[in-house]
Amino acid sequence: MFSFERGTFLGEVWIARFSLMNAMATTVELSFYIIVSGTLLGALLGVVLVYAAWPFRLLVRVYVDVMRGIPVLVLIFFWFFGLAFFKIHVSAFWSGVMAIGAFCAAHMAETVRGAIQSIPQGQTEAAKAIGMTFVPRLWYVILPQAARRVVPPWVNTAVEMVKATTLLSIIGVVELLLATQQAVARNYMIIEFYLAAAFCFFVINFTLSQIGAYLERRFAYMRY
Amino acid sequence: MIAYQFNWSVIWRNMDAFLHGLALGLGLAVVSLLLGCVIGLACAFARTSRIKWLDWPVWLYVEFIRNTPLLLLIIFVYFGLPQMGVYGLDKIESFVLTLTLYAGAYMCEVFRTGLASMPNQYREAAKAIGLTPWQRQRYVVLPVMFRITLPAVSNNLISLFKDTSLAAAIAVPELTFTARQVNANTFRVFEVWITASVLYLAASYVIAFGLRQVERRYASVR
Repeated sequence: MFSFERGTFLGEVWIARFSLMNAMATTVELSFYIIVSGTLLGALLGVVLVYAAWPFRLLVRVYVDVMRGIPVLVLIFFWFFGLAFFKIHVSAFWSGVMAIGAFCAAHMAETVRGAIQSIPQGQTEAAKAIGMTFVPRLWYVILPQAARRVVPPWVNTAVEMVKATTLLSIIGVVELLLATQQAVARNYMIIEFYLAAAFCFFVINFTLSQIGAYLERRFAYMRY
Repeated sequence: MIAYQFNWSVIWRNMDAFLHGLALGLGLAVVSLLLGCVIGLACAFARTSRIKWLDWPVWLYVEFIRNTPLLLLIIFVYFGLPQMGVYGLDKIESFVLTLTLYAGAYMCEVFRTGLASMPNQYREAAKAIGLTPWQRQRYVVLPVMFRITLPAVSNNLISLFKDTSLAAAIAVPELTFTARQVNANTFRVFEVWITASVLYLAASYVIAFGLRQVERRYASVR
């Protein structure tokens, strides 16, 4: 069972080790850039959705609804072919980050909007009563409370984004799925290799969801 | 920046293919949702029942599916099943199988929270008027749970519909696949992807609107 001969599973993994490890790093890197950019942009858009003047609100609302109504795969193709068509040379990696990041931002915006609106009006009124202006009110009163509400759905979104990075294999980013496909094309060990890849994703995402579940329990006392 | 000349005639010429793709995607989503509901319901009851050995296999199934990329599952089922000696599934059947398993895991979570959030008084009241266990489930627990979970179910339908775009990876001729082909044949990049996006958006909105009417009709009783 634990043989490293050519033609056994472990042997084939050993042969493909550099490709697979690079691919794993790419997957992690993609997820990182997507989640960070999506979260920052999404938080900003979420605040705009609640507090901005109506033209901005309308604009962001349209953006969010359009992004949420289109499959990620279509967005990816749109960016990938669209940018190339304008002779803007962006690698598949970065056009993928932009496409999925934009998608992530839309989801985050909705989450942040919901969290902010779920903070009781009394908090804002109390902050106003002690003379806080808009920015400190948001920064010291509303956002710290909203952040705790955001955590569980944020983790869900993060898991979805890690899963969405596999779609970039279709436009040729060599992440874990594509590297696995390449290895399978060489040795035809379909079941073993795909199960191994699935296990890797499972480990990443299950860890994320457990962290989310922990934080959810941790902040469960925050009930109004 | 180059001046881009829009040419929509390509789209009109291929409109049939686009609409066929859209209809196929909707069909795949609905079938998978219905089958997934059956699996999800069974799994939810298995997890809430007092039978311990049913609990962890179902837990493993749900967590595995929910934490693995759908594209990986699609490719695994499509290429892996024949190697395990299961032949005779064409690409559409294999995709429906995958999406059903995927939907089942999500529906299991939905129904499980639905069962958990159901006030216990309903069960007690049903017991008090002398319904048998089967009747309690059939006439009290299930209808109330469906009402509670209806919004979550309709959200799942929409996201399943969007997930059917992944079937393009195994050449199921749904909307994304069609768009990709028309794109490759004609290179009318913007027209093609704008059309695909608009069709997806319109379909999602129509589904969302329709389901909101259903939700209003059968609003959850609290």
